Amino acid sequence: MNRTLNLVLLAIAIAFPLVAQALDELFYVSFASRILIYAVAATSLNLILGYGGMVSFGHAAFFGAGAYCVGIAMVHGVTSAWITWPLAMVVSALLAWVIGAVCLRTRGVYFIMITLAFAQMMYYIVLGLKAYGGEEGINLLNRSVIGFGVDLKNDVTFYYVCLGVLVAVLYLCQRLVRARFGNVVQAIRENETRMDAIGFPTFQYKLVCFVIAGGVCGLAGALIANQTKFVNPNLLHWPVSGELMIMVILGGLAYLYGGVIGAFVLLFLDELISPYTIFSKLYVGLVLLVIVLFAPHGIAGLIEKWRGTLPRKKDG
Amino acid sequence: MAKPVLEVLGLTKRFGGLVATDAVTFDVVPGEIHALIGPNGAGKTTLVHQLSGAVAADAGSIRFNGADITVMPTHDRVRAGLARSYQITSIFRRLTVVDNIVLAVQARNGTSLSFWRPIKSESALYDEARAIAKDVGLAGREEIVSGFLAHGEQRQLEVGLALATKPLCVMLDEPMAGMGPEESERMIPLISGLRATRSVLLIEHDMDAVFRLADRISVLVSGRIISTGTPAAIRASDEVRRAYLGDETVHG
Ligand SMILES: Nc1ncnc2c1ncn2[C@@H]1O[C@H](COP(=O)(O)OP(=O)(O)OP(=O)(O)O)[C@@H](O)[C@H]1O
Ligand SMILES: [Mg+2]
Repeated sequence: MNRTLNLVLLAIAIAFPLVAQALDELFYVSFASRILIYAVAATSLNLILGYGGMVSFGHAAFFGAGAYCVGIAMVHGVTSAWITWPLAMVVSALLAWVIGAVCLRTRGVYFIMITLAFAQMMYYIVLGLKAYGGEEGINLLNRSVIGFGVDLKNDVTFYYVCLGVLVAVLYLCQRLVRARFGNVVQAIRENETRMDAIGFPTFQYKLVCFVIAGGVCGLAGALIANQTKFVNPNLLHWPVSGELMIMVILGGLAYLYGGVIGAFVLLFLDELISPYTIFSKLYVGLVLLVIVLFAPHGIAGLIEKWRGTLPRKKDG
Repeated sequence: MAKPVLEVLGLTKRFGGLVATDAVTFDVVPGEIHALIGPNGAGKTTLVHQLSGAVAADAGSIRFNGADITVMPTHDRVRAGLARSYQITSIFRRLTVVDNIVLAVQARNGTSLSFWRPIKSESALYDEARAIAKDVGLAGREEIVSGFLAHGEQRQLEVGLALATKPLCVMLDEPMAGMGPEESERMIPLISGLRATRSVLLIEHDMDAVFRLADRISVLVSGRIISTGTPAAIRASDEVRRAYLGDETVHG
């Protein structure tokens, strides 16, 4: 049953650009790439926020760091995706390691505030990077180069690369969550004191989780720099952290597809409403409020519940 | 007497003006059940918190299995073989009984920095967890979400989680708290059987159980150990009787 659903979703995602192309609506392909990229970022946040129960309000730092890696490398003439994308992941993971090593010593509201503070610090640092455009940011002349006949300048190709990354990230996430590591991280969310008392160095596990999420989000950042061919400090600003959090909560904490659903709904709503009013954020906020009120476990939770109550054939 | 596995020397803890642990010195030897008794608020749980590493002592030292563990983090103490259970049940309420115990088994079996293999396929972990569930009297209840267990069963799981770490010495903080007589009756042979492989620091208010189980008893009053001895000696001690047991005769 789940397998069928996954395949149907994948088929739709693969067919989408072909349909858009046929209808001559290439703008939507570009928009869909954006959704895929945010889905990767939100999925990485779901690892720490949903599965790990760590309410990090600073995820934009890793998103922005990944984007700036690509941007800065491009300024210096390094265009290969094989260099800059892994670089983005490593830099973001290292950043997550430093930030996590400090923040994970705190709990609750302090954790939220200190992750936010770190991200804002990063924001002001890149704002001050005059060599790389300061608040203007960097305009990329082109997208990263992959080679092997794959040309990212083509929006449809770029879409498929983003889709490939998202599918890979979801698969890895699924494996990780169901493996020993995921078992530990989720149990720490449930009862950290007891995890300590049965012999787990909980801090270290949380830190590893934080670093993995940071690295994956860095990759999403590398993609967004390519999608917009533009990086600026706003990518690291707190509204981005907030938006990613909303995506995860809206989509469903600790559901594999939580980040994907959240990214889709939030960006889609925004796109739908913003042409009509300058108060689009307000209306989007209201819609979110309604959804969260009626679906405390997010949209994914609602779907699971709905599927659970439907009579269905046995799995397999 | 054998060399102690756990040695506590001059341990002291103050909460503001209150001296919760007052220069406590005692030990637990291998294979013994050492009971710690004392009235409400005597400082028994606070002492366990310090021994487990949840609370830092102000003064004194703790030696375990030949090493000084006074400032060792909790999880390292557990790995060294010193585990505890909680007076206030602290289980993973949203997980099943077996999934609870699997966590403790997992903690001492190889690395958990394993990101690929589904844990459900690690049948060795589950087999061992089921065996432990059976040991603590939860056979047939393995697949129940632990938050839905009866109170007594949750207490059994609480003890099971501590035992699943395979400790050299286990500290049980009122394992029978809130249990009915029948459930307590089931717990007594379980604790008694631990003697064969481990030592036990048993905190318990049920005097009947204490006198049946303990090899030695220490009496804690207002943070101080006023007496340590065999059950017979403690029962006969006037000082203990006055300070704690009251003047009523204790039945054993
Ligand atoms: N964190 C704390 N801050 C201040 N006082 C505390 C703290 N923890 C315990 N106390 C006090 O220390 C004393 C000992 O408490 P403790 O819980 O250790 O007693 P106990 O012997 O376990 O009692 P009981 O038999 O009721 O479980 C009590 O007076 C308690 O109020
Ligand atoms: Mg107590």
